[in-house]
Amino acid sequence: MDTAATPHANYLTDGYGLKSWLLTKDHKRIGLLYLISVSAFFVLGAVFAGLIRLELMTPAGDLVESDVYNKIFTMHGVIMVFFFLIPAIPAVLGNFLVPLMIGAKDLAFPRLNLLSWYVYTIGGVFTLWALVNGGVDTGWTFYTPYSSAFSNSNVALVVVGIFINGFSSILTGLNFIVTIHKMRAPGMTWFRLPLFIWAHYATALIMVLGTPVIAITLVMVAAERLLHFGIFDPTLGGDPVLFQHLFWFYSHPAVYIMILPAMGVMSELVAAFSRKRIFGYEVVAFSSLAIAVVGFLVWGHHMFVSSQSVYAAMAFSLLSFLVAIPSAIKVFNWSATLFKGSISFDSPMVYVFGFIGLFLIGGLTGLFLAALAVDVHVHDTYFVVAHFHYIMVGGTIMMYLGGLHYWWPKIFGKLYHEGLARVSAVVIFIGFNLTFFPQFIVGYLGMPRRYHAYPPEFQLWNILSSAGAVMLAVGYAMPTFYLLYSLVKGKPAPANPWGAKGLEWETPSPPPTHNFDTTPVVTEPPYNYAK
Amino acid sequence: MAGAHATQHPKLQHHFDNLDQQFEASALGMWLFLVTEILFFGGLFLAYLVYRIAYPEAFAEASHELDVVLGGVNTAVLIGSSLTMAMAVWSAQLGKRSGQMLFLALTIGLGLVFLGIKAVEYSHKFEHGLVPGPNFRFESARNPVPAQLFFSLYFVMTGIHALHMIVGIGIMTVLFVMAFKGRFTRAYHTPVEVSGLYWHFVDIVWIFLFPLLYLIDRHGPVGH
Amino acid sequence: MAPQVDALYFFLVALTAFFTLLISGFVVYFAIKYRRRAADETGVPIHGNLKLEITWTVIPLIIVLFIFGWSARLFYTMARPPAGTLDVYVVGKQWMWKFQHPDGHAEVNELHVPVGTSVKLTMTSQDVIHDLYVPDFRVKADVLPGRYTHLWFKATKPGRYRLFCAEYCGTNHSGMVGWVVVLERAEYQKWLAGGAGTGTMAQTGEKLFKDLSCVTCHKEDTTGRGPTLIGLYGKAVTLDNGNAVEADEAYLRESIVNPRAKMVSGFQPIMPTFQGLVSEEGLLQLIEYIKSLKAVPSNATGAAAPPAAAAAAATPGKK
Repeated sequence: MDTAATPHANYLTDGYGLKSWLLTKDHKRIGLLYLISVSAFFVLGAVFAGLIRLELMTPAGDLVESDVYNKIFTMHGVIMVFFFLIPAIPAVLGNFLVPLMIGAKDLAFPRLNLLSWYVYTIGGVFTLWALVNGGVDTGWTFYTPYSSAFSNSNVALVVVGIFINGFSSILTGLNFIVTIHKMRAPGMTWFRLPLFIWAHYATALIMVLGTPVIAITLVMVAAERLLHFGIFDPTLGGDPVLFQHLFWFYSHPAVYIMILPAMGVMSELVAAFSRKRIFGYEVVAFSSLAIAVVGFLVWGHHMFVSSQSVYAAMAFSLLSFLVAIPSAIKVFNWSATLFKGSISFDSPMVYVFGFIGLFLIGGLTGLFLAALAVDVHVHDTYFVVAHFHYIMVGGTIMMYLGGLHYWWPKIFGKLYHEGLARVSAVVIFIGFNLTFFPQFIVGYLGMPRRYHAYPPEFQLWNILSSAGAVMLAVGYAMPTFYLLYSLVKGKPAPANPWGAKGLEWETPSPPPTHNFDTTPVVTEPPYNYAK
Repeated sequence: MAGAHATQHPKLQHHFDNLDQQFEASALGMWLFLVTEILFFGGLFLAYLVYRIAYPEAFAEASHELDVVLGGVNTAVLIGSSLTMAMAVWSAQLGKRSGQMLFLALTIGLGLVFLGIKAVEYSHKFEHGLVPGPNFRFESARNPVPAQLFFSLYFVMTGIHALHMIVGIGIMTVLFVMAFKGRFTRAYHTPVEVSGLYWHFVDIVWIFLFPLLYLIDRHGPVGH
Repeated sequence: MAPQVDALYFFLVALTAFFTLLISGFVVYFAIKYRRRAADETGVPIHGNLKLEITWTVIPLIIVLFIFGWSARLFYTMARPPAGTLDVYVVGKQWMWKFQHPDGHAEVNELHVPVGTSVKLTMTSQDVIHDLYVPDFRVKADVLPGRYTHLWFKATKPGRYRLFCAEYCGTNHSGMVGWVVVLERAEYQKWLAGGAGTGTMAQTGEKLFKDLSCVTCHKEDTTGRGPTLIGLYGKAVTLDNGNAVEADEAYLRESIVNPRAKMVSGFQPIMPTFQGLVSEEGLLQLIEYIKSLKAVPSNATGAAAPPAAAAAAATPGKK
């Protein structure tokens, strides 16, 4: 069909009313709905993080009561894990890009996609309701019997909120899998898929297989708490450690829900800013699947000191070491991609360099925790806190921001201030290290996590960490301003500002409502820069 | 853009190329959903397994408080409903409106019978104080604490199964209305097919629940 | 064990530093060397290299297997208390640590132990999950309600060492802290001599045994309605379902709070539950009393002095 004659309507201009957004079935608009909601939750979670760092500047618990402090770190964890990190990349960037990258007009189930955003929002409302109602103090892990029989806070509300939110994750994962299987454009074979898609496919598998388990586990906690059905409470014959098994059976793979999409973004950015096919494409693709599969078999490493049998601990330790291998392979392949590339230092690439440094440290410190004898010492200390922030913040958020910068011109059709963007990436990198590196040290020295007050000998490290948090806050505030500013005053973006490969760059910026004016036909391998 | 699909089947959504692709996507989506359901129930089955291994006698003893006859009748009812569901799908594939309506109605009816019997069983448990919680009393039990655990799992498992039945009956009711309006033809009957998958799944869950909950230690010549 | 854990820890630190610097070095080098020089420049099309892929799969694999072996071996030793330990019983509750020594000394948030002696803690919780953590000894173990967990250490230097609760347990979690006080042998003996008063744990347990009328059914001979407890500890017990269990601390505890869970063959299920009637400390005292009921009648008086203290005095520990 001929579209050259008609003026170009893009998805942003296709309807302006509130209804055209709240009832949209367009994956791109739904991606933006998610962008707004996860950003709001991120700001809220970050405020709680700031309060934590403020309290920990002095050893005495003098800023807030311990009860309040416990609610603060619980809300920080709950919001960041369930309402920011898990949906961040898949539901925002994935939603926007999966159909574009495979040459489809939409996800397979547009209505389910919209439903998943509503489900997410309703889950969020329950959680915020709990917050307004006085908060919850169990930690984001909801360990029984504290959560089911002892805590006096709004456990049930939050548990219901996370239960509901889980279905949003399930629906998104289901939608991605079906879309990637059934909606690829002609010629888009499995090994022509961008690695972003492979990573999202692996992520979606975990969402579909893992999330139902946390859902039913939370149902059991709620049944015990509200109806006094004995399931985990030892005084009712239950086993509190069974909860931990069920919880981590989801929550460890959930870590891969958070990091795999970031790895997918990483692959796209490295390829685009080296103008080169990813080194060992197939290996990188399969390593995502390997992580998804082996990631389901390592949950017991969260329980090395939970009275687990020595032999079970050894099996989980070995598997945890093995799951490190595919991540290592990815890092090697990304680094090798730079070899003989044409490397630019555009802002998304600055995030890439930051990611490599932080993910290396985050990944390698994972070995400490897989190593049984060392884990016994650093388990439940700030060492663990530092480790998972290096992965979740240093890995996932770096790539969330890197991806947002990379695709921003595509999403909104506007260019942002490049210089500020590079500066913000550097500020975030330095601020992050200053915040979390001291936590490795104070963890090794023995400071337990979730402590409202702590012995004075740990204060130096905590002050450094709090100072870093200030810098990190500045780093995160910067993109908020210049990105929003670009929406108003930014120069219009061309269809392919980076000279990148991929179907999403072959359609105008912003894309038309149905993505492509004519269904693309794929005739070449991915990242085919050299012609 | 709509012009591009001007000649296509009215049920074809804009983002699919053809009805086959649309059907395959829906079917794959339902199968994936059922996988999530397996893992959802899987958590309960795991908890059941752990506690049954820990307290085999108490579980057997508590299991004998359940009514095998009612449970058995319900099993037969559900298997029957799977048959009528399969017939409804078959009628849809042939585009037979009356067959669709008849078999969907039968499926709904059998589903309601199942829920009715379940309600009777639940009320017996309430009367006998076998609902876990502060009012739980099971005087004849040798070991009431784990027996209560059994009833916790019984109510959660069968309760969630019953919820799935209620959702299923809701879906069947919608399908019935659609069938009444003549929406399903030889060319297009995806909703009946994928809803059928769901119904059979819920049926299969019960096929596991029944022996696990009702039939502990009822085998063999010794019996109780 | 602390030096051995640290050796592995610092090996891992070195490994992390090495790989971080190595890969970052390559990245920086490539980034500078192959920086884009013309706007339309593209990279050299390299698809991959199987030999390289195998190399960087196998080398990390060997490294992690090596670390696994090292850490698992160390963990195995850490998980197994040596014979002849000095036993201390721990009850965690929101938000304090209670320690009972077999000789009857009880302390709160402070644990006195002699230097160079292997100390074994048998721990349980009265409410939620806690975790006893002594960073300087590199030991940590969850303390669970309804079961006993163990932890052991051997302090090598006298001093005061911090003790934390490392599993979040509610409002005052960060206040559930204390000290392990490691004393020279002589000072420890002096500390032991200072007012304990109420008798050994076994004696307290015996008193409880009488007060709760356990003695009416569990007699010294086989005439009671319940099985005799003389010489029971550590033996295999045949249950009415034909299985056998070892009468360890966990079994004794279960048999008091939930007597009908595992019935001894040949007895009626008539014992009521003592759940809620005996505190966790009381249960430990009862168990200590049952442990003291040795089969040989001449030996049957009390738990006697902690055997470990005597054993440890002979060999100054080096760990």
